[in-house]
Amino acid sequence: MTEIFEGLRAAFWLVIALDPELIDIALRSLQVTLSALVIACVIAIPFGTYLAISRFRRRRLVIAVVNAMMGLPPVVVGLIVYLLLSRSGPFGVLGLLFTPTAMVIAQVIIITPLIASITHQAMRELWAEYHDLLISMHTSKWQRVKTLMWDGRRNLLTAALAGFGRAIGEVGAIMIVGGNIDNVTRVLTTAIALETGKGDFALALALGFVLIALALLVNFAIHWLSRTEREGLW
Amino acid sequence: MIKTLTVIASLAASTTFAAADDLKLAVTTSFENAGLADVLLPQIKADLDLDVQLLVVGTGQAIRLGEAGDVDAILVHSRKAEEAFLAAGYGTHRREIMYNDFVVIGPKADPAGIADDGSVIEAMQDIAEAKPAFVSRGDDSGTHKAELAVWASAGLDAAGFGDWYNAVGAGMGAALNTAAGMDAYILSDRASWLKFGNKAGLALLYSSDPALFNQYAFLPVNPAKHPHVKNDLVLQLEDWLVSDTAKDLINGYTIGGETLFVFNANAE
Repeated sequence: MTEIFEGLRAAFWLVIALDPELIDIALRSLQVTLSALVIACVIAIPFGTYLAISRFRRRRLVIAVVNAMMGLPPVVVGLIVYLLLSRSGPFGVLGLLFTPTAMVIAQVIIITPLIASITHQAMRELWAEYHDLLISMHTSKWQRVKTLMWDGRRNLLTAALAGFGRAIGEVGAIMIVGGNIDNVTRVLTTAIALETGKGDFALALALGFVLIALALLVNFAIHWLSRTEREGLW
Repeated sequence: MIKTLTVIASLAASTTFAAADDLKLAVTTSFENAGLADVLLPQIKADLDLDVQLLVVGTGQAIRLGEAGDVDAILVHSRKAEEAFLAAGYGTHRREIMYNDFVVIGPKADPAGIADDGSVIEAMQDIAEAKPAFVSRGDDSGTHKAELAVWASAGLDAAGFGDWYNAVGAGMGAALNTAAGMDAYILSDRASWLKFGNKAGLALLYSSDPALFNQYAFLPVNPAKHPHVKNDLVLQLEDWLVSDTAKDLINGYTIGGETLFVFNANAE
């Protein structure tokens, strides 16, 4: 128990003192996760919406696969991305292993199915409502996707935030593909794993509290920017 | 999709051009945990203007990284594995740099009674006889291999041990955490033990048998196998590691007044 309070105190001082190394690590965490989130959203949201409005053969199979991929173990994703990017792997010439880019790639693979699946669930219900209207207006498929994406933006925000949550707290995959190199690929979660390994629980916990605070901040910021969860604005 | 690729490309570009001269060196957890890197790396940066990026992994993985060409050189401590690495042509040569030693850690009460043993062989036999909880790294690292070698030299086979022998498959720090939680015996390198923050009921029980000395060697990855490795930078780093500057820093490095590493490189 005392260790938790010590961790809180250490976190407090780290933040108050604006420890340059901490800021560096926290910013890198944000940079990697937000890059991955943007890329994943660009892929997953139109894809999830498309899945909701179109009917094609094997549609059920595709949906089942996307849903199943939500449970992809990050360590396995990390290992596969590692083997692909390794110098002796197919994409080795790019020299991307142990760079932040490699971490972004791994996180995109982890969170894209999650965002696509939540998007699909939300859009399916919206589509049931909009179906007759949009069909009668002779809209093109792309127009339907755009309309649903715009009118369902609040649900999509939830999907994106779920993706952000999974990515910012992820450690297994980015440890493997990033290598936890000081000043290059060390982020909050890998730093926590490192400090735990050294038996420095107070510092590890302090970093953990900083991570939680960062996740809260991003959530608040997104709600503020998108003006959701406010009275009279629904 | 184009947007995606642009983002990926720009990210790749920003990471590639960030630093002028850098190389990737795979090192073992015991080296990093000792904190020696924090002393050496700033001096290397000052003398050579070289950013050494450390990948901290077990010896087993370090060797895999070298074989795949994902790092430019490795600094490890497992002679057999190093020789196999060279024999297969993955490295150009092996340069001994320094050594430290392993210590046997266990519960303060010392139920197996190893504290006053005359040799590490005797200590390991006492442990195998008393069967107290024992934590093994079990991750194919240099320390794990050293532990297995010590059991073998005592005429014992770790594979045949019962429930008291716990192979955790983790790094030195995580394994020490487990040993602290179980009040178990464990073989650790001295530096990791001294730096370890969660000692709980454990104490250093046995050390200083020459059989526990642990030689670190530097092996450049063979540019003939992997043309992209930065061999000229690696050779600069090697020259620095065997220089007098490195010698003074390594021999002068202490934790709590104890010297950890002994420099023993040949200057050629």
